[in-house]
Amino acid sequence: MRGDLELIATLINPGARVLDLGCGEGELLDHLQCNKQVNGYGLDKDAENIRICVGKGVNVIEQDLDEGLANFTENSFDMVVMTDALQAVKEPRELVRDMLRIGEECIVTFPNFAHWRCRAQLALKGVMPVSKQLPHSWYDTPNIHLCTFADFEQLCETESIKIIQRRVVNADHKEKALINWAPNFFGTYAFYRLGKSA
Amino acid sequence: MDASADNTLGVIEPQLYQHSEPFALQNGQQLNGYELVFESYGKLNSDRSNAILICHALSGHHHAAGFHSMEDTKPGWWDACIGPGKSIDTDKFFVLSLNNLGGCHGSTGPNSIDPTTGEIFGPNFPNIVVKDWVASQAQLADHLGIKKFVAVVGGSLGGMQAMQWSIDFPERVHAAVLIASAAKLTAQNIAFNEIARQAITTDEDYCAGNYQQFNKNPDKGLMLARMVGHVTYLSEDGMKTKFDREIKSGDFEHGKDVEFQVESYLHHQGRAFTQYFDANTYLLMTRALDYFDPAREFDGDLTRALEKTMAKFLVLSFSTDWRFSPERSQEIVDALVRARKNVASAIIESEHGHDSFLLPIARYTKILGAFLERSQVELNQSSKLQKAQELV
Repeated sequence: MRGDLELIATLINPGARVLDLGCGEGELLDHLQCNKQVNGYGLDKDAENIRICVGKGVNVIEQDLDEGLANFTENSFDMVVMTDALQAVKEPRELVRDMLRIGEECIVTFPNFAHWRCRAQLALKGVMPVSKQLPHSWYDTPNIHLCTFADFEQLCETESIKIIQRRVVNADHKEKALINWAPNFFGTYAFYRLGKSA
Repeated sequence: MDASADNTLGVIEPQLYQHSEPFALQNGQQLNGYELVFESYGKLNSDRSNAILICHALSGHHHAAGFHSMEDTKPGWWDACIGPGKSIDTDKFFVLSLNNLGGCHGSTGPNSIDPTTGEIFGPNFPNIVVKDWVASQAQLADHLGIKKFVAVVGGSLGGMQAMQWSIDFPERVHAAVLIASAAKLTAQNIAFNEIARQAITTDEDYCAGNYQQFNKNPDKGLMLARMVGHVTYLSEDGMKTKFDREIKSGDFEHGKDVEFQVESYLHHQGRAFTQYFDANTYLLMTRALDYFDPAREFDGDLTRALEKTMAKFLVLSFSTDWRFSPERSQEIVDALVRARKNVASAIIESEHGHDSFLLPIARYTKILGAFLERSQVELNQSSKLQKAQELV
Protein backbone atom coordinates (compact mmCIF):
# COMPACT_ATOMS: atom_id res chain seq x y z
CA MET A 1 0.00 0.00 0.00
CA ARG A 2 1.10 3.59 -0.62
CA GLY A 3 3.22 4.80 2.30
CA ASP A 4 0.91 7.66 3.26
CA LEU A 5 -2.12 5.36 3.31
CA GLU A 6 -0.30 2.89 5.56
CA LEU A 7 0.30 5.68 8.02
CA ILE A 8 -3.35 6.72 7.88
CA ALA A 9 -4.54 3.16 8.39
CA THR A 10 -2.72 3.06 11.73
CA LEU A 11 -4.78 6.04 12.89
CA ILE A 12 -8.15 4.40 12.22
CA ASN A 13 -9.82 2.24 14.86
CA PRO A 14 -11.30 -1.16 14.00
CA GLY A 15 -14.98 -0.99 13.13
CA ALA A 16 -14.84 2.77 12.51
CA ARG A 17 -17.05 4.53 10.00
CA VAL A 18 -14.79 6.09 7.41
CA LEU A 19 -15.42 8.49 4.53
CA ASP A 20 -12.55 8.83 2.07
CA LEU A 21 -12.75 11.95 -0.10
CA GLY A 22 -11.08 11.35 -3.45
CA CYS A 23 -10.61 7.64 -2.74
CA GLY A 24 -8.86 6.87 -6.04
CA GLU A 25 -8.65 3.12 -6.63
CA GLY A 26 -9.95 2.43 -3.15
CA GLU A 27 -6.65 1.19 -1.74
CA LEU A 28 -7.16 2.57 1.76
CA LEU A 29 -10.79 1.46 2.07
CA ASP A 30 -10.02 -1.99 0.69
CA HIS A 31 -7.27 -2.37 3.29
CA LEU A 32 -9.49 -1.10 6.12
CA GLN A 33 -12.41 -3.33 5.10
CA CYS A 34 -10.23 -6.43 4.96
CA ASN A 35 -8.20 -5.78 8.08
CA LYS A 36 -10.25 -3.58 10.37
CA GLN A 37 -13.90 -4.37 9.57
CA VAL A 38 -14.39 -0.73 8.73
CA ASN A 39 -17.70 0.49 7.30
CA GLY A 40 -16.27 2.80 4.68
CA TYR A 41 -17.34 4.86 1.70
CA GLY A 42 -15.20 6.61 -0.85
CA LEU A 43 -16.07 9.55 -3.05
CA ASP A 44 -14.51 9.94 -6.47
CA LYS A 45 -15.39 11.34 -9.86
CA ASP A 46 -13.01 9.44 -12.11
CA ALA A 47 -14.75 6.74 -14.18
CA GLU A 48 -11.80 4.34 -14.18
CA ASN A 49 -11.23 4.71 -10.43
CA ILE A 50 -14.90 4.00 -9.80
CA ARG A 51 -14.86 0.86 -11.91
CA ILE A 52 -11.76 -0.41 -10.12
CA CYS A 53 -13.34 0.25 -6.71
CA VAL A 54 -16.52 -1.57 -7.73
CA GLY A 55 -14.44 -4.55 -8.88
CA LYS A 56 -12.78 -4.66 -5.45
CA GLY A 57 -16.06 -4.43 -3.58
CA VAL A 58 -15.27 -0.96 -2.23
CA ASN A 59 -18.25 1.33 -1.58
CA VAL A 60 -17.50 4.10 -4.03
CA ILE A 61 -19.91 6.93 -4.69
CA GLU A 62 -19.57 9.16 -7.72
CA GLN A 63 -19.46 12.65 -6.30
CA ASP A 64 -17.50 15.79 -7.14
CA LEU A 65 -15.91 17.28 -4.03
CA ASP A 66 -16.39 20.74 -5.53
CA GLU A 67 -20.15 20.31 -5.20
CA GLY A 68 -19.80 20.01 -1.43
CA LEU A 69 -20.86 17.35 1.03
CA ALA A 70 -24.31 18.65 1.95
CA ASN A 71 -25.83 15.19 1.38
CA PHE A 72 -23.97 13.77 4.39
CA THR A 73 -25.45 14.22 7.84
CA GLU A 74 -23.70 15.67 10.88
CA ASN A 75 -21.42 13.34 12.84
CA SER A 76 -22.26 10.40 10.62
CA PHE A 77 -18.63 9.25 10.38
CA ASP A 78 -15.88 8.56 12.87
CA MET A 79 -13.18 9.63 10.45
CA VAL A 80 -13.24 11.65 7.24
CA VAL A 81 -10.05 11.30 5.23
CA MET A 82 -8.76 13.42 2.36
CA THR A 83 -5.34 12.57 0.95
CA ASP A 84 -3.57 14.85 -1.44
CA ALA A 85 -6.71 16.62 -2.69
CA LEU A 86 -6.99 19.75 -0.54
CA GLN A 87 -4.91 21.77 -3.01
CA ALA A 88 -7.08 20.74 -5.97
CA VAL A 89 -10.55 21.63 -4.68
CA LYS A 90 -12.42 24.83 -5.40
CA GLU A 91 -13.20 25.76 -1.81
CA PRO A 92 -10.77 24.09 0.59
CA ARG A 93 -11.90 26.04 3.65
CA GLU A 94 -15.57 25.09 3.18
CA LEU A 95 -14.59 21.50 2.53
CA VAL A 96 -12.54 21.23 5.72
CA ARG A 97 -15.45 22.78 7.66
CA ASP A 98 -17.80 20.23 6.09
CA MET A 99 -15.43 17.36 6.87
CA LEU A 100 -15.53 18.29 10.53
CA ARG A 101 -19.29 18.67 10.46
CA ILE A 102 -19.69 15.12 9.09
CA GLY A 103 -16.90 13.42 10.99
CA GLU A 104 -15.81 13.23 14.61
CA GLU A 105 -12.27 13.61 13.35
CA CYS A 106 -10.53 14.22 10.03
CA ILE A 107 -7.25 13.42 8.41
CA VAL A 108 -5.99 15.82 5.78
CA THR A 109 -2.78 15.38 3.84
CA PHE A 110 -1.25 17.76 1.30
CA PRO A 111 2.12 18.68 -0.23
CA ASN A 112 4.09 21.53 1.27
CA PHE A 113 4.54 24.50 -1.05
CA ALA A 114 7.21 25.90 1.27
CA HIS A 115 9.53 22.91 0.84
CA TRP A 116 13.05 24.17 0.19
CA ARG A 117 13.02 22.90 -3.41
CA CYS A 118 9.88 24.91 -4.14
CA ARG A 119 11.36 27.95 -2.46
CA ALA A 120 14.58 27.55 -4.44
CA GLN A 121 12.86 27.32 -7.80
CA LEU A 122 10.85 30.43 -7.11
CA ALA A 123 13.66 32.41 -5.44
CA LEU A 124 16.59 31.49 -7.65
CA LYS A 125 15.05 30.65 -11.02
CA GLY A 126 11.97 32.86 -10.70
CA VAL A 127 9.66 30.13 -11.98
CA MET A 128 6.66 28.33 -10.51
CA PRO A 129 7.91 25.23 -8.71
CA VAL A 130 7.56 21.86 -10.42
CA SER A 131 8.38 18.70 -8.49
CA LYS A 132 7.56 15.01 -8.22
CA GLN A 133 4.66 15.86 -5.93
CA LEU A 134 3.55 18.85 -8.01
CA PRO A 135 4.42 17.76 -11.54
CA HIS A 136 2.21 20.18 -13.49
CA SER A 137 3.05 23.44 -15.21
CA TRP A 138 1.32 26.57 -13.98
CA TYR A 139 -1.08 26.63 -16.93
CA ASP A 140 -2.46 23.11 -16.62
CA THR A 141 -2.20 22.31 -12.96
CA PRO A 142 -5.24 20.98 -11.12
CA ASN A 143 -3.63 22.30 -7.94
CA ILE A 144 -5.35 25.65 -7.62
CA HIS A 145 -5.04 26.15 -3.86
CA LEU A 146 -1.49 25.30 -2.91
CA CYS A 147 -0.47 26.13 0.61
CA THR A 148 2.28 25.63 3.15
CA PHE A 149 2.09 23.96 6.54
CA ALA A 150 2.20 27.41 8.13
CA ASP A 151 -0.73 28.56 5.98
CA PHE A 152 -2.80 25.52 6.89
CA GLU A 153 -2.12 25.88 10.58
CA GLN A 154 -3.14 29.51 10.41
CA LEU A 155 -6.43 28.43 8.82
CA CYS A 156 -6.98 25.93 11.63
CA GLU A 157 -6.39 28.68 14.15
CA THR A 158 -8.88 31.13 12.61
CA GLU A 159 -11.43 28.34 12.23
CA SER A 160 -10.81 27.09 15.78
CA ILE A 161 -9.97 23.64 14.47
CA LYS A 162 -8.07 21.44 16.88
CA ILE A 163 -4.89 19.89 15.50
CA ILE A 164 -4.74 16.58 17.36
CA GLN A 165 -1.66 15.32 15.64
CA ARG A 166 0.71 16.40 12.89
CA ARG A 167 3.22 14.22 11.14
CA VAL A 168 5.55 15.55 8.50
CA VAL A 169 7.34 13.27 6.06
CA ASN A 170 9.66 13.32 3.08
CA ALA A 171 8.84 12.33 -0.49
CA ASP A 172 9.05 8.64 0.48
CA HIS A 173 6.58 9.18 3.34
CA LYS A 174 9.31 8.70 5.94
CA GLU A 175 9.79 10.79 9.07
CA LYS A 176 13.31 12.21 9.54
CA ALA A 177 14.99 14.15 12.34
CA LEU A 178 15.95 16.97 10.00
CA ILE A 179 12.34 17.39 8.92
CA ASN A 180 11.12 17.65 12.48
CA TRP A 181 13.72 20.31 13.15
CA ALA A 182 12.28 22.57 10.39
CA PRO A 183 9.12 20.95 9.00
CA ASN A 184 7.93 23.83 6.86
CA PHE A 185 11.31 23.90 5.13
CA PHE A 186 12.24 20.22 4.82
CA GLY A 187 8.87 18.49 4.92
CA THR A 188 7.30 17.28 1.66
CA TYR A 189 3.94 16.06 2.94
CA ALA A 190 2.05 16.61 6.15
CA PHE A 191 -0.70 14.58 7.79
CA TYR A 192 -2.99 16.54 9.98
CA ARG A 193 -5.38 14.79 12.28
CA LEU A 194 -8.05 17.34 13.12
CA GLY A 195 -10.80 17.55 15.69
CA LYS A 196 -13.72 19.86 16.34
CA SER A 197 -13.22 23.32 17.83
CA ALA A 198 -10.08 23.74 19.85
CA MET B 1 -28.31 -9.24 -36.37
CA ASP B 2 -29.97 -12.64 -36.06
CA ALA B 3 -29.89 -15.81 -33.99
CA SER B 4 -26.81 -17.15 -35.79
CA ALA B 5 -24.62 -14.12 -34.97
CA ASP B 6 -21.66 -14.44 -32.59
CA ASN B 7 -22.12 -13.55 -28.91
CA THR B 8 -25.88 -14.01 -28.98
CA LEU B 9 -27.86 -16.61 -27.13
CA GLY B 10 -29.44 -17.98 -30.30
CA VAL B 11 -33.06 -19.08 -30.21
CA ILE B 12 -34.72 -18.92 -26.81
CA GLU B 13 -37.87 -20.78 -25.86
CA PRO B 14 -40.19 -19.01 -23.39
CA GLN B 15 -41.46 -21.14 -20.49
CA LEU B 16 -44.54 -20.98 -18.32
CA TYR B 17 -44.87 -21.09 -14.54
CA GLN B 18 -48.34 -21.97 -13.28
CA HIS B 19 -49.18 -21.02 -9.73
CA SER B 20 -52.31 -22.84 -8.74
CA GLU B 21 -52.73 -21.53 -5.18
CA PRO B 22 -54.67 -18.34 -4.47
CA PHE B 23 -52.43 -15.29 -4.49
CA ALA B 24 -53.28 -12.46 -2.09
CA LEU B 25 -52.66 -8.97 -3.42
CA GLN B 26 -51.69 -5.83 -1.53
CA ASN B 27 -55.03 -4.18 -2.26
CA GLY B 28 -56.90 -6.92 -0.39
CA GLN B 29 -58.11 -8.74 -3.51
CA GLN B 30 -56.79 -12.10 -4.58
CA LEU B 31 -56.08 -13.98 -7.76
CA ASN B 32 -57.15 -17.61 -7.94
CA GLY B 33 -53.76 -18.66 -9.19
CA TYR B 34 -51.77 -17.08 -11.97
CA GLU B 35 -49.34 -17.80 -14.79
CA LEU B 36 -45.99 -16.18 -15.45
CA VAL B 37 -44.19 -16.47 -18.76
CA PHE B 38 -40.41 -16.41 -18.39
CA GLU B 39 -37.14 -17.06 -20.17
CA SER B 40 -33.78 -18.13 -18.83
CA TYR B 41 -30.31 -17.75 -20.26
CA GLY B 42 -27.18 -19.62 -19.17
CA LYS B 43 -26.99 -22.65 -16.87
CA LEU B 44 -28.05 -22.87 -13.25
CA ASN B 45 -25.11 -24.37 -11.33
CA SER B 46 -25.45 -27.39 -9.07
CA ASP B 47 -25.98 -25.45 -5.83
CA ARG B 48 -28.18 -22.88 -7.60
CA SER B 49 -26.01 -20.01 -6.51
CA ASN B 50 -25.40 -18.23 -9.82
CA ALA B 51 -28.85 -16.82 -10.57
CA ILE B 52 -29.57 -13.24 -11.59
CA LEU B 53 -33.12 -11.95 -11.80
CA ILE B 54 -33.95 -9.31 -14.41
CA CYS B 55 -36.95 -7.08 -13.64
CA HIS B 56 -38.51 -5.30 -16.59
CA ALA B 57 -39.62 -1.71 -16.95
CA LEU B 58 -42.95 -0.17 -17.97
CA SER B 59 -43.28 -1.61 -21.45
CA GLY B 60 -40.93 -4.54 -21.04
CA HIS B 61 -41.54 -8.26 -20.92
CA HIS B 62 -39.85 -11.63 -20.44
CA HIS B 63 -37.99 -11.57 -23.73
CA ALA B 64 -34.83 -9.78 -22.60
CA ALA B 65 -32.22 -11.52 -24.75
CA GLY B 66 -31.71 -13.87 -27.66
CA PHE B 67 -34.15 -14.50 -30.51
CA HIS B 68 -37.47 -16.24 -30.80
CA SER B 69 -36.73 -17.96 -34.12
CA MET B 70 -33.99 -18.24 -36.73
CA GLU B 71 -35.89 -15.73 -38.86
CA ASP B 72 -36.20 -13.26 -35.98
CA THR B 73 -34.04 -10.16 -36.66
CA LYS B 74 -34.75 -8.30 -33.43
CA PRO B 75 -33.23 -9.64 -30.22
CA GLY B 76 -34.73 -9.23 -26.73
CA TRP B 77 -34.92 -5.77 -25.17
CA TRP B 78 -31.69 -6.05 -23.14
CA ASP B 79 -29.61 -8.17 -25.48
CA ALA B 80 -27.00 -5.39 -25.32
CA CYS B 81 -26.19 -6.45 -21.76
CA ILE B 82 -27.24 -10.10 -21.50
CA GLY B 83 -25.36 -12.86 -23.34
CA PRO B 84 -22.12 -14.79 -23.53
CA GLY B 85 -19.22 -12.50 -22.54
CA LYS B 86 -21.54 -9.53 -21.98
CA SER B 87 -21.87 -7.62 -18.72
CA ILE B 88 -24.57 -9.99 -17.51
CA ASP B 89 -22.49 -12.92 -18.65
CA THR B 90 -24.53 -16.02 -19.47
CA ASP B 91 -21.32 -18.08 -19.50
CA LYS B 92 -21.20 -17.50 -15.73
CA PHE B 93 -24.72 -16.68 -14.64
CA PHE B 94 -28.17 -18.20 -14.88
CA VAL B 95 -30.28 -15.25 -15.92
CA LEU B 96 -34.01 -15.26 -15.26
CA SER B 97 -36.39 -12.84 -16.94
CA LEU B 98 -40.17 -12.84 -16.69
CA ASN B 99 -43.23 -10.95 -17.80
CA ASN B 100 -44.78 -9.39 -14.71
CA LEU B 101 -48.25 -10.08 -13.41
CA GLY B 102 -50.69 -7.78 -15.19
CA GLY B 103 -48.55 -7.83 -18.30
CA CYS B 104 -49.72 -8.51 -21.82
CA HIS B 105 -47.08 -10.87 -23.14
CA GLY B 106 -48.27 -14.17 -21.75
CA SER B 107 -48.47 -13.70 -17.99
CA THR B 108 -51.84 -13.41 -16.26
CA GLY B 109 -53.15 -9.93 -16.91
CA PRO B 110 -56.13 -7.89 -18.11
CA ASN B 111 -56.30 -10.00 -21.30
CA SER B 112 -56.59 -13.28 -19.38
CA ILE B 113 -59.83 -15.04 -18.58
CA ASP B 114 -61.08 -14.46 -15.04
CA PRO B 115 -61.74 -18.03 -13.80
CA THR B 116 -64.51 -16.83 -11.49
CA THR B 117 -66.57 -15.24 -14.29
CA GLY B 118 -65.28 -17.04 -17.37
CA GLU B 119 -64.93 -13.63 -19.01
CA ILE B 120 -61.87 -11.59 -19.90
CA PHE B 121 -60.64 -9.53 -16.89
CA GLY B 122 -60.32 -6.33 -18.93
CA PRO B 123 -60.62 -3.25 -16.70
CA ASN B 124 -61.57 -5.45 -13.74
CA PHE B 125 -58.10 -6.87 -13.38
CA PRO B 126 -57.02 -5.95 -9.86
CA ASN B 127 -54.54 -3.16 -9.25
CA ILE B 128 -51.05 -4.56 -8.90
CA VAL B 129 -48.24 -2.87 -7.01
CA VAL B 130 -44.48 -3.49 -7.12
CA LYS B 131 -44.68 -5.52 -3.89
CA ASP B 132 -47.10 -7.95 -5.59
CA TRP B 133 -44.70 -8.41 -8.48
CA VAL B 134 -41.85 -9.18 -6.12
CA ALA B 135 -43.97 -11.67 -4.18
CA SER B 136 -44.87 -13.52 -7.38
CA GLN B 137 -41.27 -13.41 -8.60
CA ALA B 138 -40.22 -15.01 -5.30
CA GLN B 139 -42.70 -17.81 -5.91
CA LEU B 140 -41.20 -18.35 -9.35
CA ALA B 141 -37.74 -18.47 -7.71
CA ASP B 142 -39.04 -21.06 -5.20
CA HIS B 143 -40.37 -23.11 -8.08
CA LEU B 144 -36.92 -23.08 -9.71
CA GLY B 145 -35.21 -23.89 -6.40
CA ILE B 146 -33.35 -20.57 -6.21
CA LYS B 147 -32.93 -19.58 -2.57
CA LYS B 148 -30.74 -16.56 -3.12
CA PHE B 149 -29.99 -14.42 -6.16
CA VAL B 150 -26.47 -13.20 -6.84
CA ALA B 151 -28.26 -10.06 -7.96
CA VAL B 152 -31.67 -8.67 -8.74
CA VAL B 153 -31.23 -6.18 -11.56
CA GLY B 154 -33.60 -3.66 -13.09
CA GLY B 155 -33.81 -0.34 -14.89
CA SER B 156 -36.47 2.29 -14.24
CA LEU B 157 -39.58 0.48 -12.91
CA GLY B 158 -37.36 -2.63 -12.85
CA GLY B 159 -35.01 -0.88 -10.42
CA MET B 160 -37.97 -0.29 -8.13
CA GLN B 161 -38.61 -4.04 -8.09
CA ALA B 162 -34.95 -4.70 -7.27
CA MET B 163 -35.24 -2.25 -4.35
CA GLN B 164 -38.47 -3.89 -3.15
CA TRP B 165 -36.77 -7.29 -3.32
CA SER B 166 -34.00 -6.05 -1.02
CA ILE B 167 -36.64 -4.83 1.45
CA ASP B 168 -39.06 -7.78 1.33
CA PHE B 169 -36.57 -10.63 1.00
CA PRO B 170 -33.30 -9.33 2.48
CA GLU B 171 -31.77 -12.78 2.87
CA ARG B 172 -32.52 -13.76 -0.73
CA VAL B 173 -30.66 -10.94 -2.50
CA HIS B 174 -26.88 -10.71 -2.36
CA ALA B 175 -26.82 -7.61 -4.55
CA ALA B 176 -29.39 -5.21 -5.97
CA VAL B 177 -28.71 -3.18 -9.10
CA LEU B 178 -30.89 -0.08 -9.45
CA ILE B 179 -30.46 1.55 -12.84
CA ALA B 180 -32.02 4.89 -13.84
CA SER B 181 -34.55 4.40 -11.08
CA ALA B 182 -36.09 6.26 -8.13
CA ALA B 183 -37.40 5.56 -4.64
CA LYS B 184 -40.64 7.27 -5.69
CA LEU B 185 -41.91 9.29 -8.62
CA THR B 186 -41.93 13.06 -8.53
CA ALA B 187 -45.10 15.06 -9.24
CA GLN B 188 -43.76 15.82 -12.72
CA ASN B 189 -43.23 12.15 -13.42
CA ILE B 190 -46.72 11.21 -12.21
CA ALA B 191 -48.06 14.03 -14.40
CA PHE B 192 -46.59 12.45 -17.53
CA ASN B 193 -48.17 9.13 -16.59
CA GLU B 194 -51.53 10.79 -16.09
CA ILE B 195 -51.35 12.43 -19.53
CA ALA B 196 -50.70 8.99 -20.98
CA ARG B 197 -53.62 7.49 -19.05
CA GLN B 198 -55.97 10.28 -20.09
CA ALA B 199 -54.98 9.79 -23.72
CA ILE B 200 -56.06 6.14 -23.44
CA THR B 201 -59.18 6.47 -21.31
CA THR B 202 -60.63 9.37 -23.34
CA ASP B 203 -60.21 7.50 -26.63
CA GLU B 204 -63.77 6.62 -27.71
CA ASP B 205 -62.59 3.11 -28.58
CA TYR B 206 -61.50 2.54 -24.99
CA CYS B 207 -65.14 1.65 -24.08
CA ALA B 208 -64.49 1.97 -20.33
CA GLY B 209 -61.81 -0.67 -20.66
CA ASN B 210 -64.06 -3.23 -22.33
CA TYR B 211 -62.71 -2.58 -25.83
CA GLN B 212 -62.19 -6.30 -26.52
CA GLN B 213 -65.89 -7.02 -26.02
CA PHE B 214 -66.65 -4.55 -28.81
CA ASN B 215 -63.79 -5.72 -31.01
CA LYS B 216 -62.12 -2.37 -30.71
CA ASN B 217 -58.79 -1.06 -29.45
CA PRO B 218 -57.96 2.47 -28.23
CA ASP B 219 -55.17 2.79 -30.82
CA LYS B 220 -55.23 6.57 -30.92
CA GLY B 221 -54.95 6.89 -27.16
CA LEU B 222 -52.28 4.23 -26.82
CA MET B 223 -50.29 5.83 -29.62
CA LEU B 224 -50.46 9.26 -27.95
CA ALA B 225 -49.49 7.75 -24.62
CA ARG B 226 -46.43 6.15 -26.17
CA MET B 227 -45.47 9.33 -28.03
CA VAL B 228 -45.50 11.36 -24.80
CA GLY B 229 -43.50 8.62 -23.12
CA HIS B 230 -40.90 8.56 -25.86
CA VAL B 231 -40.28 12.29 -25.65
CA THR B 232 -39.58 11.95 -21.94
CA TYR B 233 -37.24 8.99 -22.47
CA LEU B 234 -34.97 11.03 -24.75
CA SER B 235 -32.99 14.17 -24.02
CA GLU B 236 -33.18 17.45 -25.93
CA ASP B 237 -29.59 17.06 -27.14
CA GLY B 238 -30.16 13.42 -28.03
CA MET B 239 -33.20 14.33 -30.15
CA LYS B 240 -31.24 17.12 -31.81
CA THR B 241 -28.45 14.70 -32.74
CA LYS B 242 -30.86 12.04 -33.94
CA PHE B 243 -33.40 14.18 -35.85
CA ASP B 244 -32.51 17.87 -35.68
CA ARG B 245 -34.97 19.60 -38.06
CA GLU B 246 -34.58 17.07 -40.82
CA ILE B 247 -37.59 16.74 -43.08
CA LYS B 248 -39.05 13.37 -43.89
CA SER B 249 -41.53 14.46 -46.54
CA GLY B 250 -43.07 17.57 -48.11
CA ASP B 251 -41.28 20.88 -48.65
CA PHE B 252 -41.65 24.43 -47.40
CA GLU B 253 -41.27 26.10 -50.82
CA HIS B 254 -44.24 24.47 -52.51
CA GLY B 255 -46.50 24.70 -49.49
CA LYS B 256 -46.70 20.96 -49.17
CA ASP B 257 -47.33 19.52 -45.71
CA VAL B 258 -44.01 19.13 -44.04
CA GLU B 259 -43.35 16.12 -41.88
CA PHE B 260 -40.27 16.36 -39.72
CA GLN B 261 -38.21 13.24 -39.01
CA VAL B 262 -39.02 13.50 -35.33
CA GLU B 263 -42.75 13.44 -36.09
CA SER B 264 -42.33 10.43 -38.31
CA TYR B 265 -40.32 8.66 -35.61
CA LEU B 266 -42.95 9.31 -32.95
CA HIS B 267 -45.79 8.23 -35.25
CA HIS B 268 -43.94 5.03 -36.04
CA GLN B 269 -43.14 4.25 -32.40
CA GLY B 270 -46.70 5.04 -31.34
CA ARG B 271 -48.29 2.94 -34.06
CA ALA B 272 -45.97 0.00 -33.46
CA PHE B 273 -46.82 0.13 -29.76
CA THR B 274 -50.52 -0.39 -30.43
CA GLN B 275 -49.60 -3.67 -32.12
CA TYR B 276 -47.85 -5.22 -29.14
CA PHE B 277 -49.12 -3.52 -26.02
CA ASP B 278 -52.45 -3.65 -24.24
CA ALA B 279 -54.10 -0.45 -23.04
CA ASN B 280 -55.31 -1.87 -19.71
CA THR B 281 -51.82 -3.21 -18.98
CA TYR B 282 -50.39 0.23 -19.74
CA LEU B 283 -52.76 1.79 -17.21
CA LEU B 284 -51.88 -0.86 -14.63
CA MET B 285 -48.13 -0.49 -15.10
CA THR B 286 -48.16 3.31 -14.91
CA ARG B 287 -50.19 3.13 -11.69
CA ALA B 288 -47.70 0.67 -10.20
CA LEU B 289 -45.00 3.23 -11.01
CA ASP B 290 -46.97 6.08 -9.41
CA TYR B 291 -47.79 4.16 -6.23
CA PHE B 292 -44.28 2.88 -5.57
CA ASP B 293 -42.98 4.53 -2.41
CA PRO B 294 -41.47 2.09 0.11
CA ALA B 295 -40.77 4.98 2.51
CA ARG B 296 -44.47 5.79 2.84
CA GLU B 297 -45.05 3.35 5.69
CA PHE B 298 -42.01 4.80 7.48
CA ASP B 299 -43.25 8.40 7.59
CA GLY B 300 -41.49 9.11 4.32
CA ASP B 301 -38.12 8.08 5.74
CA LEU B 302 -36.36 6.02 3.08
CA THR B 303 -33.44 5.30 5.40
CA ARG B 304 -35.76 3.45 7.76
CA ALA B 305 -37.42 1.65 4.86
CA LEU B 306 -33.99 0.32 3.86
CA GLU B 307 -32.84 -0.52 7.38
CA LYS B 308 -33.52 -4.27 7.18
CA THR B 309 -31.95 -4.75 3.76
CA MET B 310 -28.85 -6.95 3.61
CA ALA B 311 -27.92 -6.57 -0.05
CA LYS B 312 -25.10 -4.53 -1.42
CA PHE B 313 -26.33 -1.99 -3.93
CA LEU B 314 -25.16 -0.58 -7.22
CA VAL B 315 -27.02 2.59 -8.17
CA LEU B 316 -26.49 3.83 -11.72
CA SER B 317 -27.94 6.89 -13.43
CA PHE B 318 -27.39 8.77 -16.68
CA SER B 319 -26.35 12.39 -17.06
CA THR B 320 -29.14 13.48 -19.44
CA ASP B 321 -31.95 11.38 -17.97
CA TRP B 322 -34.56 13.86 -16.79
CA ARG B 323 -37.39 11.36 -16.32
CA PHE B 324 -35.37 9.46 -13.66
CA SER B 325 -32.63 11.97 -13.06
CA PRO B 326 -29.29 11.37 -11.31
CA GLU B 327 -30.72 13.34 -8.34
CA ARG B 328 -33.33 10.61 -7.77
CA SER B 329 -30.56 8.01 -7.72
CA GLN B 330 -28.56 10.19 -5.34
CA GLU B 331 -31.52 10.17 -2.92
CA ILE B 332 -31.34 6.37 -2.85
CA VAL B 333 -27.57 6.44 -2.34
CA ASP B 334 -27.83 8.97 0.50
CA ALA B 335 -30.49 6.91 2.27
CA LEU B 336 -28.38 3.76 1.91
CA VAL B 337 -25.32 5.51 3.35
CA ARG B 338 -27.41 6.74 6.28
CA ALA B 339 -28.69 3.21 6.80
CA ARG B 340 -25.03 2.05 6.73
CA LYS B 341 -25.56 -0.24 3.76
CA ASN B 342 -22.98 -1.18 1.18
CA VAL B 343 -23.49 0.89 -1.94
CA ALA B 344 -21.59 2.01 -5.00
CA SER B 345 -22.86 4.57 -7.48
CA ALA B 346 -21.96 6.07 -10.83
CA ILE B 347 -23.43 8.73 -13.07
CA ILE B 348 -22.86 7.63 -16.64
CA GLU B 349 -22.25 10.31 -19.25
CA SER B 350 -24.74 9.78 -22.09
CA GLU B 351 -26.83 11.95 -24.37
CA HIS B 352 -29.59 9.37 -24.71
CA GLY B 353 -31.68 10.34 -21.69
CA HIS B 354 -33.66 7.67 -19.86
CA ASP B 355 -33.31 5.25 -22.78
CA SER B 356 -29.58 5.04 -22.01
CA PHE B 357 -30.18 2.14 -19.64
CA LEU B 358 -31.02 -0.08 -22.62
CA LEU B 359 -27.93 0.86 -24.62
CA PRO B 360 -24.46 -0.71 -24.68
CA ILE B 361 -22.60 2.33 -23.31
CA ALA B 362 -19.03 1.21 -22.59
CA ARG B 363 -18.62 2.72 -19.14
CA TYR B 364 -22.04 1.46 -18.06
CA THR B 365 -21.61 -2.13 -19.23
CA LYS B 366 -18.09 -2.33 -17.75
CA ILE B 367 -19.12 -1.19 -14.31
CA LEU B 368 -22.17 -3.46 -14.32
CA GLY B 369 -20.01 -6.43 -15.35
CA ALA B 370 -17.37 -5.68 -12.70
CA PHE B 371 -20.02 -5.37 -9.99
CA LEU B 372 -21.74 -8.66 -10.87
CA GLU B 373 -18.47 -10.55 -11.13
CA ARG B 374 -17.43 -9.27 -7.71
CA SER B 375 -20.86 -10.15 -6.29
CA GLN B 376 -20.51 -13.75 -7.42
CA VAL B 377 -17.09 -14.01 -5.75
CA GLU B 378 -18.49 -12.58 -2.50
CA LEU B 379 -21.51 -14.87 -2.53
CA ASN B 380 -19.27 -17.93 -3.07
CA GLN B 381 -17.01 -16.81 -0.23
CA SER B 382 -19.88 -16.26 2.17
CA SER B 383 -21.52 -19.60 1.38
CA LYS B 384 -18.17 -21.39 1.85
CA LEU B 385 -17.81 -19.65 5.18
CA GLN B 386 -21.34 -20.64 6.11
CA LYS B 387 -20.72 -24.27 5.19
CA ALA B 388 -17.51 -24.29 7.25
CA GLN B 389 -19.37 -22.87 10.23
CA GLU B 390 -22.09 -25.49 9.88
CA LEU B 391 -19.40 -28.21 9.98
CA VAL B 392 -17.97 -26.76 13.18
